Amino acid sequence: MNPITPEFKLIADWIEPNSHVLDLGCGDGTLLNHLKQTRSIRGYGMEIDPQKNIQAMLNGINVIQSNLDSEDLIHYFDPESFDYVIMTQALQVVRRPDILLDHMLTIGKQIIITFPNFAHWKMRAQLLLKGRMPETDTLPYHWYDTPNIHLCTFNDFEDLCEEKNIEVVARTVVNNQHQSNLGIRLMPNLMGEVALYKVQRK
Amino acid sequence: MTDSIGIVTPQTFAVDQPLKLVSGAVLPKFDLMYETYGQLNADASNAVLICHALSGDHHVAGYHEGSDKPGWWNDYIGPNKPIDTNKLFVVCSNNLGSCRGSTGPTTLNPETGRVYGSDFPIVTCRDWVNSQNLLRAHLGIEQWAAIVGGSMGGMQVMQWAIDYPDKLRHALVIAAAPKLSAQNIAFNEVARRAIMTDPEFHEGRFIEAGTTPKGGLALARMLGHLTYLSDDMMGAKFGRELRTESLKYSFDVEFQVESYLRYQGEKFATKQNFDANTYLLMTKALDYFDPAAEFDNDLSQAFSQTQAKFLVVSFTSDWRFSPARSHEIVRALLDNDLDVSYAEVESEHGHDAFLLPNTHYEGIFRAYMQRVTAETGR
Repeated sequence: MNPITPEFKLIADWIEPNSHVLDLGCGDGTLLNHLKQTRSIRGYGMEIDPQKNIQAMLNGINVIQSNLDSEDLIHYFDPESFDYVIMTQALQVVRRPDILLDHMLTIGKQIIITFPNFAHWKMRAQLLLKGRMPETDTLPYHWYDTPNIHLCTFNDFEDLCEEKNIEVVARTVVNNQHQSNLGIRLMPNLMGEVALYKVQRK
Repeated sequence: MTDSIGIVTPQTFAVDQPLKLVSGAVLPKFDLMYETYGQLNADASNAVLICHALSGDHHVAGYHEGSDKPGWWNDYIGPNKPIDTNKLFVVCSNNLGSCRGSTGPTTLNPETGRVYGSDFPIVTCRDWVNSQNLLRAHLGIEQWAAIVGGSMGGMQVMQWAIDYPDKLRHALVIAAAPKLSAQNIAFNEVARRAIMTDPEFHEGRFIEAGTTPKGGLALARMLGHLTYLSDDMMGAKFGRELRTESLKYSFDVEFQVESYLRYQGEKFATKQNFDANTYLLMTKALDYFDPAAEFDNDLSQAFSQTQAKFLVVSFTSDWRFSPARSHEIVRALLDNDLDVSYAEVESEHGHDAFLLPNTHYEGIFRAYMQRVTAETGR
């Protein structure tokens, strides 16, 4: 199993014990197992990659092979089936993040979502000074081979939430070591590299 | 042969009590032919039941003495295989109504002294499960560690989980469907008509007439076989390749695919000597399978008493029981908050894929069976 990342620990802090959880893009199931152990949750993972499916199964996870670009979520689950629907670092790779958000908010009472900030100063600097698509530790891809087709900034995401009548219940902005600092607290959209959002329908 | 369980010998479980069937008919007594591999452990917690598909039988792994043909799931059952016979005790019985050793249309009816033929009553998935449950008790197994089946075998697995919820811990439902579609039933009906309109059918009493409806049975198999393959796979394997150098403008076999299908049909009807009445019975059992019917057509309700944990597997090019049919099963299991995993395996081999080697399929199968094995005692 992969190591428990600081991001996973931050997510665990937001989860009530004994809740029902769905993890979208669950990979090998590390997060779900961490939540099982620390929060006694029960739940399912969804993952498209066959190898990761096998790994998740070896790790004892109930994993449904599924494509997040499909209608699977609302096909499989009734409204409010889960206390939390979690999606870490995958918002930017799906075809229609706005539609997926809707589906997540339908089947989950709250959703927890993490994604990289495209407005971090390193991104801005590379685009401004070099005139080239940024490549950073958080987003280490070339423009032509990146799986990230819908990158956004924290401001963009919050605009979308506003538009869709989604309430931001909690937000944690951190650097790529998943630590906060004064700069991030003062100017999150400039200094923050990764954000964790907990949102729900208003 | 070295990577298999080796030489295996079928056994017979003779039941002298009457078995009441779903149809209301009663079998006064019956035999179940079965095979076992591996050792049952001390607390009988490592037993796995395999349910076979339409033309399958109890010979699921290893070799019979003097034969070089392995059991039909030999790729997945044996020492160190996904269903590991070093650790698990594997049981597979031949379904009632079959022609491979269990009581069926080719055996003698004790009440008349004549071959059953078309007098053999219609059997259903539930009847098979009831008979397998008698075998379970006979073998001293309180609860199966897992029940595993593909296609019609997968339907029996679901029936077990619904009818005997405390008799299995895990259910592996592979390339199956919660019920047949109109198209599925239609294919079965054409197959049955092919058999029943063969002049050699003699209203099902062909054995006594000293003949077999080979032509009709071969046709039925050709049709069935078509539904097991995918268009892409047939295109890749045969394309429009000819057997002769050029077109002959005749109705002889010209395209390779025609030759292949005829060979499959003939092999089934003659060399494998499959019984035409059995084919009729098996297709009927498929048509009737619909566990939701007793629950206002609500499949989720059908699984409401189920306790087993599930692995559901489908194959992308399977159009007979497509992935969408497995989604229906998964949805119903999720509705009941059951433990369920689902894999959709990329394969070009159509419905047949569940019998064939495939890296992803094997990986999933192996990973899940490790979970099953880890829960068994000593």
